[in-house]
Amino acid sequence: MSTSLPNRAGIVLGAAALVLLSAGFALALFWVPSDADQGFSQRIFYVHVPVALTAYASFVWGAWKALRLLWTREPSYDLESYTAIHIGVIFGVLTLVTGSIWARISWGVWWSWGERQLVLFLVLFLFYSAYFMLRYSTDPGPRRAGMSAVYALFGVVLIPVSFLAIRLAENFIHPVVFNSHGPQMAGSMFFVFCVCFAGMLALAGALYANELTGKRLDTRLRELREALA
Amino acid sequence: MTTAEKYVLAAFLVVFAVVLAYVVIYAFKLSRLERELSDLAERAARTRRSAEREREPVAR
Repeated sequence: MSTSLPNRAGIVLGAAALVLLSAGFALALFWVPSDADQGFSQRIFYVHVPVALTAYASFVWGAWKALRLLWTREPSYDLESYTAIHIGVIFGVLTLVTGSIWARISWGVWWSWGERQLVLFLVLFLFYSAYFMLRYSTDPGPRRAGMSAVYALFGVVLIPVSFLAIRLAENFIHPVVFNSHGPQMAGSMFFVFCVCFAGMLALAGALYANELTGKRLDTRLRELREALA
Repeated sequence: MTTAEKYVLAAFLVVFAVVLAYVVIYAFKLSRLERELSDLAERAARTRRSAEREREPVAR
């Protein structure tokens, strides 16, 4: 197990998240021009899309750590993979909630079962939520680590499917902003989006680093308790 | 405030509320870890004291 605790990374990323998200949200609410089609409500884009992309990034990070675990059999990767998926699920909840709010104002409904993008994201979210049930139904050890890693790797296959679903769909109401011609928005809008996305990634990184530190501390305390017993 | 503004504000507040809830949960976790650490430190000190007493030479 690694002996270094990434608490310094947590502090640096947390500070970066605070600065970037404060600036990004202020710019999104007061500076960026309103969308010609959706008006003021389009500003939910600056929170919903970065949150969704951060959820995807967390799941990919979890799958990468799972792959490293299967490749090297180094047990510390199990905790790292689990923590990344934990953070991904938190961002998944935020994606669903902010997406529902945007759907209500734009489409007049909280949810649309006919939308492949929405349903696939829900499937992805439920798949990763079930990860915790699988993990805690097995005793800790190499078997649980291996099973969790394989499950995390299967889940990552759903990400490109979820991402591409909207582009493959024929009938859709979910907007496509990023296509093969690049971002379909004004330069100022894209700049604010990048600030919000960087802030959201920094926030996820800070949560990941702090959560990992806490979980490692928990493990070490348990080992110490057993040694002193 | 228009309806659109209310919904946009709600979306931003949801993110803020979830992060805040996470920080509160994490604060509880940290205080639990701190309690366990103090308990272990106390137990280690007790063990050390009893080991030192055992090592002391017996008076003749």
